[in-house]
Amino acid sequence: MRKEKLYLRYLLTLISIVILFLIIWWADGHLDNYYKRVLTVSGIYIILGVSLNLINGITGIFSLGHAGFMGLGAYTAALLTMSVAQKQMTFFIEPLISPLDKISIPFLPALLIGGVVAAFFGLLIGIPTLRLGGDYLAIATLGFGEIIVVVFNNTINITNGALGLKGLSPYTNLWWTYGWAVFTVFFITRLVNSSYGRALKAIRENEVAAQAMGVNIFYHKVLAFIVGAFFAGIGGGLLAHLLTTINPVAFNFFLTFNILIVIVIGGLGSITGSVIAGFFFPILLEWLRFIEAPMDVFGIHIPGIPGMRMVVFSLLLLIVMIFYQRGLMGRSEFSWDFIIKRFVKD
Amino acid sequence: MSWESFFQNLSNGISLGGLYALIAIGYSMVYGILRLINFAHGDIFMLGAYIAFYGMLIFSLPWWLSLIVSIILTAFIGILIDKGAYKPLRNAPRISALITAIGVSFFLENLGLVVFGGRPKGFYRPHIFDEIITIKGVRILSLTFYSLVITAIFLVLLFYIVYRTKTGLGMRAVSTDMETARLMGIDVDKIISITFAIGSGLAAVGGVLWAMKYPQINPLMGIFPGLKAFIAAVLGGIGSVGGALLGGFILGIAEIMLVAFMPQLSGYRDAFAFLILILILLVKPTGLLGVEVKEKA
Repeated sequence: MRKEKLYLRYLLTLISIVILFLIIWWADGHLDNYYKRVLTVSGIYIILGVSLNLINGITGIFSLGHAGFMGLGAYTAALLTMSVAQKQMTFFIEPLISPLDKISIPFLPALLIGGVVAAFFGLLIGIPTLRLGGDYLAIATLGFGEIIVVVFNNTINITNGALGLKGLSPYTNLWWTYGWAVFTVFFITRLVNSSYGRALKAIRENEVAAQAMGVNIFYHKVLAFIVGAFFAGIGGGLLAHLLTTINPVAFNFFLTFNILIVIVIGGLGSITGSVIAGFFFPILLEWLRFIEAPMDVFGIHIPGIPGMRMVVFSLLLLIVMIFYQRGLMGRSEFSWDFIIKRFVKD
Repeated sequence: MSWESFFQNLSNGISLGGLYALIAIGYSMVYGILRLINFAHGDIFMLGAYIAFYGMLIFSLPWWLSLIVSIILTAFIGILIDKGAYKPLRNAPRISALITAIGVSFFLENLGLVVFGGRPKGFYRPHIFDEIITIKGVRILSLTFYSLVITAIFLVLLFYIVYRTKTGLGMRAVSTDMETARLMGIDVDKIISITFAIGSGLAAVGGVLWAMKYPQINPLMGIFPGLKAFIAAVLGGIGSVGGALLGGFILGIAEIMLVAFMPQLSGYRDAFAFLILILILLVKPTGLLGVEVKEKA
């Protein structure tokens, strides 16, 4: 690799980020709220998809607890940003425990603390469960996700129980979301391309061989798990401040399933794939609303069938898994070299 | 706690445990042979209840006939799921099979929401199950008693098939070593189909009894019983039919007793089973009656 090519790649990356933010600047000023909201959800799904892919696709440990980590991040961030007055209004069954009832901090630190709390629970959950093999790990993390929902429902003096939290300030916008999305992709790409990333991939390919080569399996698995949990927490916090209301059921297994669809369709193990699938998943979900609306086909009136979209998506997932396991990208990644080679002859 | 209320809770626990056991056996048998967690099993349980519901409502069949129809149809659906979704992935990485199983589960749930509607439906409880038997102050719904009898009948049938017939021998052989069993001339595909059929049929029995016990059904009713039955299977030692039975009863009784003795923890009832799961996986991953099985690479 010649040095000027390296600079060229940095330059191209920088230019595309600038272009991305120019587009966001344009979108922020010109699109109506509906489109902006869909695009924001897309950005959040990029964060969630890439972080789950680090755990499931790149390290090959099958975790089904992503929604649980999102819930932890969402509740933590929400409890920290809510104003004192709003908290008193929301917690009318049982008062919020001290000192949470007196705290109200800005969005960014709240998000970060939410991510750290999620990561801490990732460590707590990871240490016992990551010693388990494939299927058992999947069930144990699924169990963790369900336990979190039950705990949210029952710790009324912290989470307000099944009523959830409402009246959060709508901090999340395109800038916050895509800022975090770019950071997530940058961070996880750098991680994957480092020696840590090579160790993670080695664990995915063959655990015994990786161990024989001196990779500390357990340490690297926990590392991937914590990083994934951190970004899930951030994604949860962003989602909470987009929806402005959260309740425990919002973080049940259905949410994990959506993210699973994203990473499977994008290609398990491809960050590029997760970005593409994560971006288009919410858009497709919105666009597919027409199949739930009443329509006339060849003169026959079909009444709207609510819930049909998720049938289509689960079928899509099945078809991808059975006939085209690679997904969109397989394990390939987007790279500048590929494009440069097209234009520049050595 | 008085003796009456203890026995009252015990009878509730045993009847719940019997239902868990019926579902757990299907999980355990499929896992024993394919090393695959059949996530769709809980939804087959749901389908069983719905088929019986429509059998009684639309075709006005007597309850026992709709139970039989439900068993036959769900057994068929079980085979169909295996042939359609799992068979093409038999040599794929395990993670792909697992994702497919989750996909099938969500497909059935969402299809159920679209076809049956999301509103819970009241399930008809036949008159003979609706009486209350009083034994020395312990009041038991006759369904509790009959459901144990029905469970026992099907379990005897199952044990007969697994341990006394050629098919059962084949099932045990395939679960021990699929390749060797194939070399010995066992039709592995047929055995797998039969396993799915038996597991799904038992899930249908569980579904119908469950629906009579809590007389209402909805398309998502299979999720939690399914997960808990899986936990019961792991607790007893996955791959072992007797283990699934034992695990089911232990889990059912433990869950009821937890609520009975510590009512303040009743909100955490659903979390309790998962706690047991994580503990058992850490302490004795093979379960109570399980033998060490190597995961397929």
